Amino acid sequence: MNAVPPIGAGKGPVTGQGCEGAPVLHERGQREVFCGLTGIVWLHRKIQDAFFLVVGSRTCAHLLQSAAGVMIFAEPRFATAVIEERDLAGLADANAELDRVVTRLLERRPDIKLLFLVGSCPSEVIKLDLSRAAERLSETFAPAVKIRSWSGSGLETTFTQGEDACLAALVPDLPAESADAAPSLLVVGALAEIVEDQFSRLFAEMGVENVRFFPPRRSGDLPPVGPRTKMLLAQPFLAETARLLEKRGATRLAAPFPFGVEGTSGWLAAAARAFGVDEEHFFRVIGPRAERARTALARHREMLQDKSLFFFPDSQLEIPLARFAARELGMRLVEVGTPYLHRGHLAPELALLPAGTTISEGQHVDNQLDRARAARPDLTVCGLGLANPLEAEGLPTKWSIELLFTPVHGFEQAADLAELFARPLLRRSRLVA
Amino acid sequence: MQLTVWTYEAPPHVGAMRIAAAMEGVHYVVHAPQGDTYADLLFTMIERAGKRPPVTWTTFQARDLGGDTAELFKTSVKEAYERFRPQALMVGASCTAELIQDDPGGLAKALDLPVPVVPLELPAYQRKENWGAAETFYRLVRTLAGPHAPPPGSKRPVREPGSRRCNLLGPTALGFRHRDDVHEVTGLLHRLGIAVNVVAPLGATPADIARLGEADFNVVLYPEIAYQAAQWLERTFGQKATKTVPIGVGATKAFVTEVAALAGVDPAPALDDPHCRAPWYSRSVDSTYLTGKRVFVFGDATHALAAARIAAEELGFQVVGLGTYSREFAREVRAAAATYGVEPLITDDYLEVEEKIAASSPELVLGTQMERHVAKRLGVPCAVISAPVHVQDFPARYSPQMGFEGANVIFDTFVHPLMMGLEEHLVTMFREDFEFHADAAPSHLGHAGVREPASAGANGAGADAAITNGPTTNGAAAPAAPATPVAAKTPDPHETTADPPPTANGNGASETATPIQWAADAEKELHRIPFFVRGKARRNTERFAQERGVSLITVETLYDAKAYYSR
Repeated sequence: MNAVPPIGAGKGPVTGQGCEGAPVLHERGQREVFCGLTGIVWLHRKIQDAFFLVVGSRTCAHLLQSAAGVMIFAEPRFATAVIEERDLAGLADANAELDRVVTRLLERRPDIKLLFLVGSCPSEVIKLDLSRAAERLSETFAPAVKIRSWSGSGLETTFTQGEDACLAALVPDLPAESADAAPSLLVVGALAEIVEDQFSRLFAEMGVENVRFFPPRRSGDLPPVGPRTKMLLAQPFLAETARLLEKRGATRLAAPFPFGVEGTSGWLAAAARAFGVDEEHFFRVIGPRAERARTALARHREMLQDKSLFFFPDSQLEIPLARFAARELGMRLVEVGTPYLHRGHLAPELALLPAGTTISEGQHVDNQLDRARAARPDLTVCGLGLANPLEAEGLPTKWSIELLFTPVHGFEQAADLAELFARPLLRRSRLVA
Repeated sequence: MQLTVWTYEAPPHVGAMRIAAAMEGVHYVVHAPQGDTYADLLFTMIERAGKRPPVTWTTFQARDLGGDTAELFKTSVKEAYERFRPQALMVGASCTAELIQDDPGGLAKALDLPVPVVPLELPAYQRKENWGAAETFYRLVRTLAGPHAPPPGSKRPVREPGSRRCNLLGPTALGFRHRDDVHEVTGLLHRLGIAVNVVAPLGATPADIARLGEADFNVVLYPEIAYQAAQWLERTFGQKATKTVPIGVGATKAFVTEVAALAGVDPAPALDDPHCRAPWYSRSVDSTYLTGKRVFVFGDATHALAAARIAAEELGFQVVGLGTYSREFAREVRAAAATYGVEPLITDDYLEVEEKIAASSPELVLGTQMERHVAKRLGVPCAVISAPVHVQDFPARYSPQMGFEGANVIFDTFVHPLMMGLEEHLVTMFREDFEFHADAAPSHLGHAGVREPASAGANGAGADAAITNGPTTNGAAAPAAPATPVAAKTPDPHETTADPPPTANGNGASETATPIQWAADAEKELHRIPFFVRGKARRNTERFAQERGVSLITVETLYDAKAYYSR
């Protein structure tokens, strides 16, 4: 296993190794993935005073309910304005209907401070202009409620891209940093609260000040942005959010994503470099944590070493996770599928991926299943629509959505992340009947 | 547009999937945007199927809309046929594809495949899951069995009574307890000497569907799914269909009698079952305390009707609310509601159901997964009787709802969430126990501590907050936490409808009446009444006071009202 990389590593592109320029298998066909509406399932808990109103069909309502709803027994902070036959008759009517629904909702939930109108496939196909509706309704309900819109449709977004679209919708609302602002660090991407707190402590110890997280836990607590803002992406699926933040002057720090010891070290090192943290001090801060994480990882490495691993596309986390699995757990990568590959944001990851790894972008699910069956990987990371059927065929699986719903970033979670991969194999070895 | 927090039914194409996934040898190609494949996990996770549903999705994206989505659909159909080689193919659109109007049926027909192709027209903005399933099953039956129809007017060949056969129609994938109901009903039929010709759609192949006409009559287990197909079979093949759904002891006996008459056999061998324990359990003195328990029933029409009948006739409960989201069977539910003297609730609006439950302050809610949400908020015991349900209601153990074993299962399920008899007596006698008090959950459920009626942002009405001080109006306790305005506006039309108030101003009185005050000692006395009936006591007293123009409720008013309503 690699030691903590030197603070200067990863600055420029690593050439002649890794997968940076490697060919990617592009596939088109049936995609067995979620649409971006699914992001609501975790975003409604992250931003606690926000409400997500999907404007869509019964299918959208049913998706949300199936993905999260039936497990949630409290009043949820999401709902659907279900388009009916009469809404399809004329657009003006649809807008009036939307106003009526929003009014009813806000009467029912006076605690809402931020309302997202979330676009869906049907609302996009009938070209219902939700951004104008958001403007109109914002005026009506200001200042108590701010209303914004974004698209979580399957036409536009795949699974985690819903978070990207949601955060991108908030970027124009971020206050401009003041003219005499000190350099600040903006961590972008919804993180578990425990992870956010750990990173806050690490940055403080490193001496990096003015660290803010986006999205915030409360909608009124938006971090400022401007030319002195440096941002670290905590998630690999934030293409549009990063682009808009860059347009507002922020600088993205190139770094691997903070999964595992190596990813977390590289990610923190990018901030340390940008904020002129003394190298020795940096190692003093992260060294013991990295060491502790490595020790915790070793147990799982024993079980996972040399096991083969196949990723179906799902969240765009696949490439960073494959890098972690290959380099820190010693697993062999059969195929790493991703719904969408952002070469810019993933360059540091691709450089670290073992040379010759098969990367696929997009999906033809039946062909990909054929490849998985032929390879018979020791572990397959895939969605819930495929997991039980593959198990029934004798292929051990790890269902991928859990990787979004579990704290997996940072040093302290490195072993937890490894355990997510190890647990299905451990379970198989335990069940004798 | 309809504001939808929870939806009782999925869109109609999920109903079609339930037919495809139930069967063998059919494949379904759905024109749908990326992401609609979420529906696969209903089958692989909730029902824990060990294979993918036989469904191919086109999963088009925005960039495809600029190009030829019709071509994409045709390619998907061709590929699906070549890969899966089904004996019959179903094609259709999801809600978004319905808007782009590619005509899946026409496109698939143009491919000239060597198997029957069933085009499905499922209007996603008007209809829902069960309708989609019923329509799909009907189309399949017409397409596959139609060619075997005898010429109109021809007589059915008469089989010997001892060799009569029937079809079991209606069980699907993702159906509430369909798996075990089929087993139970097959057993009943077996005891009558009646063989099962085809079970459909669950487990049937297209070839099986083609020979539906060979049976002597049809047993319709789930009218929501199979009524339409059974009607067509009756018209086309002269097969009579059963009308009774055998859920509950009474209904099971009626079903046996009905089936025996259709088959021309003696019902006696199946009318009693030594393993049917529910009637004796219900007569045993331990069940006496169940008498008159107020129960609210909601679900699909079949299960709601059955549950209401069991509750009223077999458990001795009082039905204080009955409703369904199955608009197709609203008439039957209205008729049944009239016999219980309650106002029928025909709606698919979760918020309306919530409002009505709160207003009728039941002691037990029998409903769907969604009513569990409501019941939890109101702190009322609840049992699940109908889809939609989640993974825990697709159990590993044998758990039918139908037949005599179904009645046993139902007895246990309905009674379990209620506080047990001795505990109920003791919390009435001793109010201040630190552990077993009336606001605590039943101790046999293993939860310590206080229930949370209405405290966490829930409705004020119906669920009586333990900490209501000062004036309250007509049951709306107006909690400080985010309240739902629906509750405050609710008059209580369902209130003790078996026992109607003498004057006409029981309805809507809250809008105009002066606020009624509770004297501190009366409020205290009210809290001596056990949790599960306190809501009703509060309402009755307030209405009693209102009708008599009493503005301050004293302990005496409370007892006057009690005496008045118990007459």
